[in-house]
Amino acid sequence: MDTIRLDFARDANFLHAVEEESGQNLSTCYQCGNCTAGCPGAQFYDRQVSQIMRAAQLGLKDEALGNRSLWLCLSCQTCTARCPNNIDVARVMETLRHMARREGRVQHRPIESFWKAFLDTVRLTGRSFEIGVMADYMLRTGRGWGNMDIAPTALAKRKLPFLPHRIQGRDEVARIFKRYAEKRS
Amino acid sequence: MKIGVFVCHCGSNIEATVDTAAVAKMALGYPDVAFATDSMYTCSEPGQEGIVQAIREHGLDGVVVASCSPRMHEPTFRRTVERAGLNRYMFEMANIREHVSWIGKDREANTNKAAELVRLAVEKLRRDRPLHAKQFDVTKRVLVIGGGVAGIQAALDAAEGGVEVVMVERESTIGGKMAKLDKTFPTIDCSSCVLSPKMVDVAQNPNITLYAYAEVESISGFVGNFTVTIRRKATYVDWSLCTGCGSCTEKCPSRHTPDAFNEKVGETTAINIPFPQAIPKKAVINAEHCRKLKSGKCGVCAKVCPTGAIRYDMQDELVTEQVGAIIAATGYDFMDWTVLGEYGGGRLPDVVTSLQYERMMSASGPTGGHIHRPSDGREPKKVVFIQCVGSRDRSIDRPYCSGFCCMYTAKQAILTRDHIPDSQAFVFYMDIRAPGKMYDEFTRRAIEEYGVNYVRGRVSAIQPAMRPDGSMGYIVRGADTLLGQQVEVDADLVVLAVGIEGSRGAGHLAETLRISYDKYGFFMERHVKLAPVETNTAGVYLAGVCQGAKDIPASVAQGSAAAAKVLSLFSKPKLENDPQISVVDIKRCVGCGKCIRVCPYQAIKETVIRGETKAEVVETVCQGCGLCTATCPQGAIQVAHFTDNQILAEVNALCLS
Amino acid sequence: MKFAYYPGCSGEGTSTEYEASTRAVCRALGLEFAEIEDWNCCGSTPAHAMDTVLSGALGARNLMLAGRAGAGGVVTPCPSCLSNLKMARHRMRAPEFKARVDELLDAPTPAREDGSADLPDTFSVLQVLLEEVGLEAIATRVTNSLEGLKVATYYGCLMSRPAEIMKFDDPENPTAMDKIMSALGAEVVPFPLKTECCGAAMGVALKEVTSSLSGRILASAKAFGADAVVTACPLCHMNLDLRQGQAGRATGIAFDMPVFYYTQLMALAFGLPAASLKLEKLAVSPGPVLKKLADCRAEKARVAAEAKQAQAESAARPAESHEAGGAAS
Repeated sequence: MDTIRLDFARDANFLHAVEEESGQNLSTCYQCGNCTAGCPGAQFYDRQVSQIMRAAQLGLKDEALGNRSLWLCLSCQTCTARCPNNIDVARVMETLRHMARREGRVQHRPIESFWKAFLDTVRLTGRSFEIGVMADYMLRTGRGWGNMDIAPTALAKRKLPFLPHRIQGRDEVARIFKRYAEKRS
Repeated sequence: MKIGVFVCHCGSNIEATVDTAAVAKMALGYPDVAFATDSMYTCSEPGQEGIVQAIREHGLDGVVVASCSPRMHEPTFRRTVERAGLNRYMFEMANIREHVSWIGKDREANTNKAAELVRLAVEKLRRDRPLHAKQFDVTKRVLVIGGGVAGIQAALDAAEGGVEVVMVERESTIGGKMAKLDKTFPTIDCSSCVLSPKMVDVAQNPNITLYAYAEVESISGFVGNFTVTIRRKATYVDWSLCTGCGSCTEKCPSRHTPDAFNEKVGETTAINIPFPQAIPKKAVINAEHCRKLKSGKCGVCAKVCPTGAIRYDMQDELVTEQVGAIIAATGYDFMDWTVLGEYGGGRLPDVVTSLQYERMMSASGPTGGHIHRPSDGREPKKVVFIQCVGSRDRSIDRPYCSGFCCMYTAKQAILTRDHIPDSQAFVFYMDIRAPGKMYDEFTRRAIEEYGVNYVRGRVSAIQPAMRPDGSMGYIVRGADTLLGQQVEVDADLVVLAVGIEGSRGAGHLAETLRISYDKYGFFMERHVKLAPVETNTAGVYLAGVCQGAKDIPASVAQGSAAAAKVLSLFSKPKLENDPQISVVDIKRCVGCGKCIRVCPYQAIKETVIRGETKAEVVETVCQGCGLCTATCPQGAIQVAHFTDNQILAEVNALCLS
Repeated sequence: MKFAYYPGCSGEGTSTEYEASTRAVCRALGLEFAEIEDWNCCGSTPAHAMDTVLSGALGARNLMLAGRAGAGGVVTPCPSCLSNLKMARHRMRAPEFKARVDELLDAPTPAREDGSADLPDTFSVLQVLLEEVGLEAIATRVTNSLEGLKVATYYGCLMSRPAEIMKFDDPENPTAMDKIMSALGAEVVPFPLKTECCGAAMGVALKEVTSSLSGRILASAKAFGADAVVTACPLCHMNLDLRQGQAGRATGIAFDMPVFYYTQLMALAFGLPAASLKLEKLAVSPGPVLKKLADCRAEKARVAAEAKQAQAESAARPAESHEAGGAAS
């Protein structure tokens, strides 16, 4: 691992941006590790929550944004609920993920593809629609076969309707997405 | 009148943002100012000498020093002017440091504000007149509230110095928290072995009167002359007859009474003597659990008591004591850790507090010194200690460090490995705070010699988990932040180092004593650094954890320090009052008595002058608080040197200049 | 308060049994909600994972519809919808955030004087049942007690987190469903993983996450002796029920643990028709558990009948067996 030259590598603007966008004061984190301790996703992470908090606190942008963990976060809020310093840690994780996405640093394509697939069905019909999401996801990634084991039961129990419910105001919803896309570009 | 003005640089503290020379120059233009200068450190010896010389050379009869807060140096300068032959009350101070230089950077604005504050002080001084203190007698007895190790030390030292001591202890025995400890750090010597002799000394010292199972009800008076009312709570046992033989506790049928001394680890009888070395060793009936007192049916203890000491009809009793000084040594309690739902919120039987664990390890404890976990009585093989439970935790408004938990946790981990050699001990910590003598070495011993596993990280949750063998385990989910990984231990027993707060009822007592306290129930010392034993109320001193977290040696030291303060107070034949007190203008007073009712010191009484009712101030009791002045509808009662005329003169100086 | 009902998309797909039983139970207890007309998806996790403003806008459209229909509050069975709708309203109390959301909408959200968005708050059906109906009314409605059934109540992560915003139940040890289950006569086993995450929406992209986390939850419920798990969340339900095989393979434990929606058990205890329970939709068959319940009920009836007979006999011979009759009654 490289030695980090703290006097050069610290990016105060980045730290400021994270604090601004998340509304959290990162200097109150004293690195107790409680967020890591309670994180249900920890075993799948490549960098633990408390380490990501530390990287952000130091203004180390690459370390804070360039990890898979941001994408695997389950948004369960356990870290936020138990932080002794009242930091909304889940909000910081979410903020970093948004920043990473804006910078094109997506570290887990399948997860992002699932989100996109989900939102595609919402954009097109106004509601989410499981078979539509799965089809979209499989087209986007070529993956999804690992879940075929549950398909027979789901189908037999008629848990997955074949036709989406299209709402009247789906154009209105589509316009939300359109404006959102315009804002982002 | 000839006034001298001295404007202090306070090194660069004031000079950096105030042009002190200019302030002195402006002061020369104020009425009656005959001399003005600036100096580097006015409080220094040459600085004070300059004041003395100026008074003599210029024939000054009043002095203004513009410098820091009067809290620290007003007494200094009063002595200085007195040395030069002036009355010590012909002195005023303008605070141009805390009120000017430290709070603004604009030199010009600061200089003007400083000059204005000097002008106010000059206007006030012009209306001052010499005042003379009154002398009064001192009752050379001291009240010690709380019989923990700090209070015990204070009482013994004061008694040794020849002073009569009245000790009030809420519980039925003295000894406090220390009596509950098994061993002490960093020497691992037996806690009760070192404490018991001191407790016995308290009982045997002829200068000490001990009221156990009693509480301070009310306090009136002032330094040198306090009157204290003490409530002796009903014990239902005549202690003059009780020999502490224990027959009653053997036969009492109410065997499911929570054992307060043992921190509710196990149960005891409704009539009880807390532990064998109790001082006094007397029985007390817990009225909430006594069958006779609840339903009238029982009376076994009265039947078996060989001295006939049981009194089911006993009532609380109030006694009054006169003292000249008070030492508060009320210690601490644990914060309510059950707010932490993630640690089980008090629902998990094998998650115990450190003090409960202390009782579980103590030979005089409910398990006879054998560590058995509460749920199934098994000897735990994996013990997890969690530090900072309710300390350094802003989310539950406990932002402070509780001071001594790091050390006792190390001790308990060592003792665990000692008691159960095939056990594993894990300590989850955030920082190890071990600044005392031989303390860091002690925590290193825990790690290096006793193989205690220290893990740097907080614990997120304790989750019970059924083991394949049917026994209950507790999954402690933590993090090792040094490793950067989540870690888990399947523990048999979890010990929480619970954070402390002021003793329950501390706030109420503080109000009775008229001293300040913080929102966590700790009493405020008069000065954080230079008056850690005194309080803002003269004659009231602090000892031990009631003032803030500290360990046994520090508590003992403060107990001795408080006793020394009392002895030095009592060494004077008479005390002097501060003459800046209320004065009644007899001509204006209509005798309505409003001042008498608002006075918090009972310092005003009714008198009859030529057939008319008037108010009269007891000069040695009045503390000059000014409540009467603000209340009087006639403007007839005024605090010397804070008269309406003086305050208006200051306002005029500010507004009309 | 007049509530508008927001069913959530799962109610039309994977959790029709939750939707049907929720409606039936509410009706049985006298709660009538008008569904928000033409509601749209709240965006669920994917929306806020990508962007909070987008998530806010998707939520805001629904809240505006509810507000326009005159509702003072929105009620939803789904914790994920609850969290998104509540959070949308919470964030839009800040005028800057409201402005950014408004930019995405056809018409801006109504504003209060202080610049915050004037939108109705959202509550869970569970909260409304507990606070508006109350346990007593629920217990009174029970016709078929669930006595003999041991359940582990699983709440998931979102029902009461973050506590400052959700303002319902204890975030570390929620008891809302425990209380309802007890009122129905069921036994609630101690269950420490009430609020542990089940893996949420990771099932599609990274099913190791859901299977390992859900496996842990099921293993704990099993170890503590539960006959069944009870949940209030469609996503949790899918992970624990439909994906139970995956969880079993991940943990090496063969689970056969029925997972009910709490409303299904309420409907069962209320004796509501089978069509409103839709038990056939559950992936793990509740058959054995229902049989245990029936056996238990039969046994109880038998004991009661015996006692009655004994009483009748003792009445016939009053002198002799007074004591035996007393013991049996």
